[in-house]
Amino acid sequence: MWILILCLILVVIITKIKENHHNIERCVDGKNFYETVDETIKREKSQKVIRYVISYSFLIFFALFMLLPFYWMIITSLKTEAEISLLRPTFFPKEFAWENYKYVLSAKYQWESSGKIGSFDDFQARFDLWRYMYNTLVVGVISTIGTLVTTVMAAFAFSRIKFPGREFLFTLFLATMMVPGEMMVITNYITVTKTAKDIFGITGIDSYWAMIVPFLISVYYIYLLRQNFRQIPNELYYAAKVDGTSDLKYLIKIMVPIAMPTLITITILKLMGSWNAYVWPMMITRSADKRLITTGLRLGFSDSEGRSVQGRQMAAAAVVTAPLLIMFVLLRKYIMRGVSRSGIKG
Amino acid sequence: MVEGKKSINFLKGMLCLLPAIVLLGIFTFYPIVNTFLMSFKEGYNYLITNEKNFESWGFGNYVKLFSEGNNFPKYLINTMVIVFVSVPVSITLSLLIAVALNSIKPLQRFLQTIFFLPYVTNTIAIGMVFSVMFESHQGLMNTLITSLGGSSINWLGGNTQAVLIGEGIFTHPFFNAQWFTSMIVLLAYIVWNSLPFKVLILLSSLQSIDKQYYQAAQIDGTTKARTFMRITVPLLSPQIFYLLITSFIGAFKEYTSVVAIFGDNAQSVGQKNNMATVVWYIYQKTKEQSLSGYPQTSLAAAGAVILFIIIMIFTAINSYVSKKKVHY
Repeated sequence: MWILILCLILVVIITKIKENHHNIERCVDGKNFYETVDETIKREKSQKVIRYVISYSFLIFFALFMLLPFYWMIITSLKTEAEISLLRPTFFPKEFAWENYKYVLSAKYQWESSGKIGSFDDFQARFDLWRYMYNTLVVGVISTIGTLVTTVMAAFAFSRIKFPGREFLFTLFLATMMVPGEMMVITNYITVTKTAKDIFGITGIDSYWAMIVPFLISVYYIYLLRQNFRQIPNELYYAAKVDGTSDLKYLIKIMVPIAMPTLITITILKLMGSWNAYVWPMMITRSADKRLITTGLRLGFSDSEGRSVQGRQMAAAAVVTAPLLIMFVLLRKYIMRGVSRSGIKG
Repeated sequence: MVEGKKSINFLKGMLCLLPAIVLLGIFTFYPIVNTFLMSFKEGYNYLITNEKNFESWGFGNYVKLFSEGNNFPKYLINTMVIVFVSVPVSITLSLLIAVALNSIKPLQRFLQTIFFLPYVTNTIAIGMVFSVMFESHQGLMNTLITSLGGSSINWLGGNTQAVLIGEGIFTHPFFNAQWFTSMIVLLAYIVWNSLPFKVLILLSSLQSIDKQYYQAAQIDGTTKARTFMRITVPLLSPQIFYLLITSFIGAFKEYTSVVAIFGDNAQSVGQKNNMATVVWYIYQKTKEQSLSGYPQTSLAAAGAVILFIIIMIFTAINSYVSKKKVHY
């Protein structure tokens, strides 16, 4: 923190000095104003070098700040318990301990290393990765498919069908984006735990549907896709009409393929959103085997246990982070596309 | 556009919008109204299924939030601290980073990717890494500090031998030195987490600025600092204001990063909920039942309405100022 502030002050001072120097150079009685071309080139060159040095050192300092947590996560996850509890932490593991990953990846190993108390079927795993992954995939895939269907239909109506009240309805939809989600969470909690029970006799606690249904719709994605649909020229539609194509066929055969990049972006962001979902799943799950990946990570490792579990904790964090990074490397183009137009994470 | 009979089109449109309207109706429009009304219901118990499950209408819940013994005002101050420190710091930093990135050629794409990395990560996972890094005994940060000759700092509490930053200045029982020290960690994480998006936005708009402005400035012999203040910042002002609004709103709703570092109770070791924010309070009261088994949802609703109003005011001020000050 202090290094950071010092660095900033240094940059400011250097630029100030340079500025003053520059000004003095220019107005000494108008006599020494002229400098030869060689001098100018030399001066500008040296200034350029200084600027480059400052830029690069500033950038590299912050790039390290950005990378540090990742580095520390990986390093710590590879350390043995003995090495972690050293008084002075090492910056590189003396020997790679894959034990932490083995622990995180296998519930069976957790059962074995906890002394095989009781049978494996009754064993409550600390971090049951595959179980959480399965839950996350069920919730993520179903809600993504559902969202794609509702989004395509709504965007089609808002961009192609002309009916009274359309603009009003669209504005009303957009206005909900201004309302903080916290307002919805309170009532939705009552809806899925109480109202659903009163009406349908089912409770949302520990159920997949309660984690899926409220997220089958997204105003932001409707907005994104509508913009895309509107760019498709009307002539295409009329041509299709002349050929006797129905609206539905036109939507599926023409509009959806054209808007494919946007749909892929929506799919990726939605899946990443389920992977990172925390607040809502946390509220409505009670039993351990309905946890999603992020809630499982948080609840599996609490901070109060001291350093003995740090290795396992970091291994779990690395396992949760890795798929996101892989996705980013492979699908960078699509992710950036959605991100640069929103401020919303996931 | 589909043209033709209005009534048929209306039916078609409604058919297409049916799923959206139903889902938004149940999970967005109804909750907004209901939460708003709930915040004015005194003694409301949603668990009772009959007509009269609350005592009376009034401002009782709001009064309760700000009455003696309720910690909500403290959490509100916590949130304000997060908003007014993390947003200016992260915007200034991201502006400097974007300008520096824009001025270099080699390594530009590589560094750009590094600066974008935190965006695609899991807030909870990396928050846990931060809590390991800032561990109060011999975490990474304390090791760095002690090897530079300083003394260990009690970042997250729990190490009575270590030093606290701001001791003597922060003497309030809640806003004590431990609060200040832990807040630094939280702010560092929030800034770390919010840099990528800002750098991305600012860099892409920097790259679209016409080079002619800079060439003209160069011919006139303008200094770099002056060019930055007089050309770059004004030309970026629409993006800066957009970032200001979105990050103000985001910072007001800070919750996951707090829980990631400080656990579900949002506290440093030995303190009570000292890192809690407004949203933390809202979620806590949604789940929690009081000792007498009474749900606290009305308090949560009142908190949410206050949050909503604050965000609205900020958005309004920002858009008013931006209309006056932002220029191309």
